[in-house]
Amino acid sequence: MTILIYLIPVALALGGLGLGAFLWAAGSGQFDDPLGAAHRILRDEDDRPL
Amino acid sequence: MTFADAAFDKGCPSNLAPPAHGTNVQGADAFVQKVAGRYILDLNVRGAKCGACLARIEGAVQGLPGVSVARLNLSNGKMRVEWSGALTGTEVADAISDLGYGVSPFSASDSVDNRKSEERSLLIAMGVAGFAAANIMLLSVSVWGGANEMGGATRQTFHAISGLIALPVIVFSGRHFFRSAWNVLKRGHANMDVPISLAILLAFSTSVWETVVGGPHAYFDACTMLLFFLLIGRFLDARLRRQAWSAAHDLAALQGRSVTRILPDGTSKAVRASDIQAGDELLLAPGERSVIDMTLTAGESEVDESLVTGESQPRTAVAGSLLYAGSVNLGAVLRGRATAPAANSLLSDIASMLEAGEQRRSSYRKLADRAVGLYVPFVHSTAALTFVGWLVAGASVREAILVAVATLIITCPCALALAAPVAQVVASGKLFRLGIFLKSGDALERLAEVDHIVLDKTGTLTLGEPVLMRDAAAQASLSAAAMLARASRHPLSRALVAAAGPGPVAANVIERPGLGIEAEIDGETCRLGAPDWVGAKPAAKSTGPEIWFSRGRSEPVCFRFEERLREGAIRSVQGLRDAGLSLEVLSGDRSGAVARLSETLGIADWRAGALPQDKAARLEALQREGRHVLMVGDGLNDAGALALAHASMAPGGAMDISQSASDAVFAGGLASIGQVLAISKSARAVMRQNFALAAGYNLIAVPIAVTGHVTPLIAALAMSLSSLVVTLNALRIGSGTGGKA
Repeated sequence: MTILIYLIPVALALGGLGLGAFLWAAGSGQFDDPLGAAHRILRDEDDRPL
Repeated sequence: MTFADAAFDKGCPSNLAPPAHGTNVQGADAFVQKVAGRYILDLNVRGAKCGACLARIEGAVQGLPGVSVARLNLSNGKMRVEWSGALTGTEVADAISDLGYGVSPFSASDSVDNRKSEERSLLIAMGVAGFAAANIMLLSVSVWGGANEMGGATRQTFHAISGLIALPVIVFSGRHFFRSAWNVLKRGHANMDVPISLAILLAFSTSVWETVVGGPHAYFDACTMLLFFLLIGRFLDARLRRQAWSAAHDLAALQGRSVTRILPDGTSKAVRASDIQAGDELLLAPGERSVIDMTLTAGESEVDESLVTGESQPRTAVAGSLLYAGSVNLGAVLRGRATAPAANSLLSDIASMLEAGEQRRSSYRKLADRAVGLYVPFVHSTAALTFVGWLVAGASVREAILVAVATLIITCPCALALAAPVAQVVASGKLFRLGIFLKSGDALERLAEVDHIVLDKTGTLTLGEPVLMRDAAAQASLSAAAMLARASRHPLSRALVAAAGPGPVAANVIERPGLGIEAEIDGETCRLGAPDWVGAKPAAKSTGPEIWFSRGRSEPVCFRFEERLREGAIRSVQGLRDAGLSLEVLSGDRSGAVARLSETLGIADWRAGALPQDKAARLEALQREGRHVLMVGDGLNDAGALALAHASMAPGGAMDISQSASDAVFAGGLASIGQVLAISKSARAVMRQNFALAAGYNLIAVPIAVTGHVTPLIAALAMSLSSLVVTLNALRIGSGTGGKA
């Protein structure tokens, strides 16, 4: 069962990666305009980056 | 054909909102901020509903010279524009206004950011709690699954790792509950956060103790899962409340508008309305809406006061007459002297009426509050009795504490915390798809109690714009008359243009206040206006608004107009009556017009000529009778009544202040009223069921917990299951009413 010594940290790190992505998304305003984002993706012309 | 159809492709291309016109964009310059050589302007855009609106508005602003950033937030209608160079704020605002969207500048205030950061911190806390709950559950499942095979040391290690994950998360995500619980405890009260905090803290400390001594049960997964579920409910609630609040905040934006002030040296300058003092000299340009009460000193023009008084016909204002905030200048330039600072204008009087209404509403005891009032003492006394009972029965202190903590955890109001917010979110989402914007969650509960409906006439039952009646004689002169009418902002002229469609404008149109407009077409003098002035002798007394047109020496022709009912008004009113609701019409317009319309709709109970104060008084009288009144209105004159009513709704074309004052804004026809009432009733039923489910769950779970049969596994299953059942039940809202008119 020594494999747990590697597997538990690996599982936590993967979970942490997801959490980090979520925190980044929330912090950079990705959830500020859910309605607009849904429509923007359908626009043909290139959207200028923020 | 209505005016909206003929509005030359203006406003939302998907027709989700009516195009705006006559918006006051003068003086957006006063709101431009200069930061590091770049200009920044924040705008409030109304009427943008779809992706095409987004592309149109951003495209138009991007096309202006020097613009580097033009980004519209479709969810809340806020737009930020940044540019460098010679562009002015007014030009930016005009570019949007020309597309047929309502636009007003606003200064981004700190309080907006505060609300937003509260919502965001709840979202982050929720994410963190979710992460911890998932990872601890991973470890807990192995502990439960390997109960008979796992060695004591491995179990203890797993518990320790769980504890290490849980500790920072409980501090970070739990602080929202601990702070709120501490704040009310200091004042000697209790709210839902008190049992929550107690359960989490007790469960965590006993689990730490159990881990240290190598005991079999630890509740780390329950603690974090509890936080996760509760934070979902809290986040949904905060988001709904912020939406409601920012809608109310738009009222302040209206007062933040600018006015043109004439300086002592005779030059004019755009200043913020809030800087105006009584006695300042002001200029009101054609098409501009006054935001300050003023006495006119020079000029003569027609003014549209329909938003102030509800009167659909414009009035001629001359020097000496009083002009209220909210009136629109239709004709020539007017000069006036402010009678009071913006803070004391009619607009602010109504704003304070709104505040009074808000206060009354906030004292409304929500279903959830009542449930919590019953719940908190029950949970605490059960847990305390369990502890004492087990001690008396001869158990050790450690055993008694473990059982009491299990009781606290299992009775913790997860389902209760989700019962109301989930139902509100589902209901407002459902309404949003029907084109109805619900402003606050608890409005649903008030809407569900409505038994009497008060309707405004102009702009609510009717379209608010006159429509030309088809007439063979008038039809021949329509295109010539429209050439004159295109130069005028008078509502009747605009209705004429709407009927005639696009075309040329006559040259050198002269506007004669109170009489009409005059121009030469092909060498013949043409006049459009009052019958005496164009040389006509009206045969019969007119039944509705009319306008006369003469060309050269030929016989004058008459254009008659009618106020058109909103589509499906008769059927909607019938539907409401069938649903057992009583209706009445309360209008500021003349009694003839109101009587005729009420008769068409079959409403016997009507009142005409009501001033804003009269409307408010009528609402108060109804309230005293114990009626639960739904007020539906659009004008400035309705705002006070809207705020006083038990619940209120405003059409999408209503003035911002009325939209702020009401609980729901609908873009479609009057059928929306029925839809709102049906869905709110359904939502209330579901909320009640949810509370009943939560109570039923406790009825089963509490005996199991009190008798000491709860293990962490049972606690986790029971908690998830009850939350799931409540959420799934909320999804049923409006399933039977979605397609019904």
